[in-house]
Amino acid sequence: MELLADLQLGFGVALTLQNILYCFVGVLLGTLIGVLPGIGPVATIAMLLPATFTLPPVSALIMLAGIYYGAQYGGSTTAILVNIPGESSSVVTCLDGYAMARQGRAGPALAIAALGSFFAGTVSTLMLAMFAPPLAEIAFQFGPAEYFSLMVLGLIAAIVLARGSLIKAIAMIILGLLLGIVGADTNTGLFRFTFGLPQLADGIGFVVVAMGLFGFSEIIANLERRANREVVMARIKSLMPTREDFAASWKAVLRGTGIGALLGILPGGGAVLGSFAAYTLEKKIAKDPSRFGNGAIEGVAAPESANNAGAQTSFIPLLTLGIPSNAVMALMVGAMTIHGITPGPQVMSERPELFWGMIASMWIGNLMLVILNLPLIGIWVRLLSVPYRILYPAILLFCCIGVYSLNNSAVDVGLALFFGLLGYLFIKLDCEPAPLLLGFVLGPMMEDNLRRAMLISRGNPGVFFARPLSLGLLLVALALLIVVVLPAVRKKREEAFQE
Amino acid sequence: MNDRIRNPRDFFAGVIFLLFGLCAVLVGRDYPMGTARSMGAGYFPFVLGVLLLVLGAVICVKSLVVAGQKLEPIGLRPLLLVLMAIGAFAASVDSFGIVAATILMTVIGAAASPESRWLEVAVLTIALLGLSVGVFAYGLGLPFKLLPF
Repeated sequence: MELLADLQLGFGVALTLQNILYCFVGVLLGTLIGVLPGIGPVATIAMLLPATFTLPPVSALIMLAGIYYGAQYGGSTTAILVNIPGESSSVVTCLDGYAMARQGRAGPALAIAALGSFFAGTVSTLMLAMFAPPLAEIAFQFGPAEYFSLMVLGLIAAIVLARGSLIKAIAMIILGLLLGIVGADTNTGLFRFTFGLPQLADGIGFVVVAMGLFGFSEIIANLERRANREVVMARIKSLMPTREDFAASWKAVLRGTGIGALLGILPGGGAVLGSFAAYTLEKKIAKDPSRFGNGAIEGVAAPESANNAGAQTSFIPLLTLGIPSNAVMALMVGAMTIHGITPGPQVMSERPELFWGMIASMWIGNLMLVILNLPLIGIWVRLLSVPYRILYPAILLFCCIGVYSLNNSAVDVGLALFFGLLGYLFIKLDCEPAPLLLGFVLGPMMEDNLRRAMLISRGNPGVFFARPLSLGLLLVALALLIVVVLPAVRKKREEAFQE
Repeated sequence: MNDRIRNPRDFFAGVIFLLFGLCAVLVGRDYPMGTARSMGAGYFPFVLGVLLLVLGAVICVKSLVVAGQKLEPIGLRPLLLVLMAIGAFAASVDSFGIVAATILMTVIGAAASPESRWLEVAVLTIALLGLSVGVFAYGLGLPFKLLPF
């Protein structure tokens, strides 16, 4: 069994004292920001990127990955106990989780959420280990045409999955692509859209855009709402779920894991989508859908398993194709590039210790999270009583230091300010920023592959349809697009996002 | 507000897209276009710019026809003060050092919330100074200028 040997290698890397420590730091931070509303994994990873400069690449990636899936655990805690989703992937958990808490059953809800997440994490980590190598094999056959078609598929998926108006999501992606090509043109060296600023020659930094759109603008919007977070904490009597709880939830955990893992692989997917889809499915197939919203344990088990599974499997496109499927993965590309690793199928063969070490660390991290979350839950909840007026100046400062120290450039901080303002306007105008960020990362790659494909085909765009893999990807993209504009599906989509 | 705009959120979003599209087409008008076979630096941005102009126009026109939600009021105090705090950091960190930048950012930033209390802000500033100097400058060894001299 090659898989066993590979996993053994991975655990050998992940179980060194240093890597265990960084994994722990990652999941601890992840839980922390998962609990705290108003700061998400994107801003946190961006903030910590400079701090990982001095680490060995494996440790850095283990820690950053831990932040992402750790946040999925932390987000459920506050969703259940105080009805505040710490992360957007826990929004649906509020519905039944908090209802359970009000009935005095917060303990079982938390326990099922944590155990379901752990199960989902284990299964999807295994999936990652099993499916990544064959996918990477396929990826070696990819030429520029296939890469371009794959990115088209990714962007269309991101449009379909974005909340709100479709046409605005398309415009956001195009704006992202456009912002992505600022800087020196890779083929001719011409400076494009640099407005005479030498600092823009290398393009706008990804962290700069992410911090502005997700960090600064969120802070401003939070301050404006001035929501008095009355933390009415539900009491936890006993953590132990009853036998009925287990009986009711194990199937939901299985289904949630499946849906989450599948949707996580999709470009544009990730943790958020899976949790919504899993909840909707549970409600649909339940014998008595009216129980949902009133403390149905399946309504906690399914989405919490799904978001963790999705967080895990969204690493698959990154590690096999080198294409990020969501904003967090785009940051991981940045982290890998900083350490001199080009994400793509060759990572697995050239740096097996990195690839398998990361996978093994995910399982270890999930184990740590169960331990961190269940017994220590009181500490996390107490954190919520720290008033926002003390929290936000600290977040603001760390964001600034993070942006500044990437290139020691004050101009970068100024640019992030601009994107903060833009992000704030987008919040006010109901434009979701995630598709923009995805377009921003894919912009240069897309242009490059388009040019190369067209050069090879001597200017014949038929190349995208003549190659079977490329054609297949485009057909899937087309199918997605058709499905989403069909009136019936469109209505469903709106309903799904409203819940 | 003009009564003809029935969906102000979409209308202004469309205007933003139009502005960016216009900027892309105008600024990029001198970049060599090349041919489909050998695309120049101007090809891809031009296509994107035109697409953005079309989408922006469609969104704007649609917003005059189909009604939507009203704009939320803009809270000027948090908006301006948070942006000012970031700007103060950017303007001071290279010339005056991280100590001054931290103090400026924390104090201006704290003023963005009407709930801030000055004693708390003072304590917070000292704590954050300790972090930015102790952890980031010394602990992680990030090359900051500490003080203006």
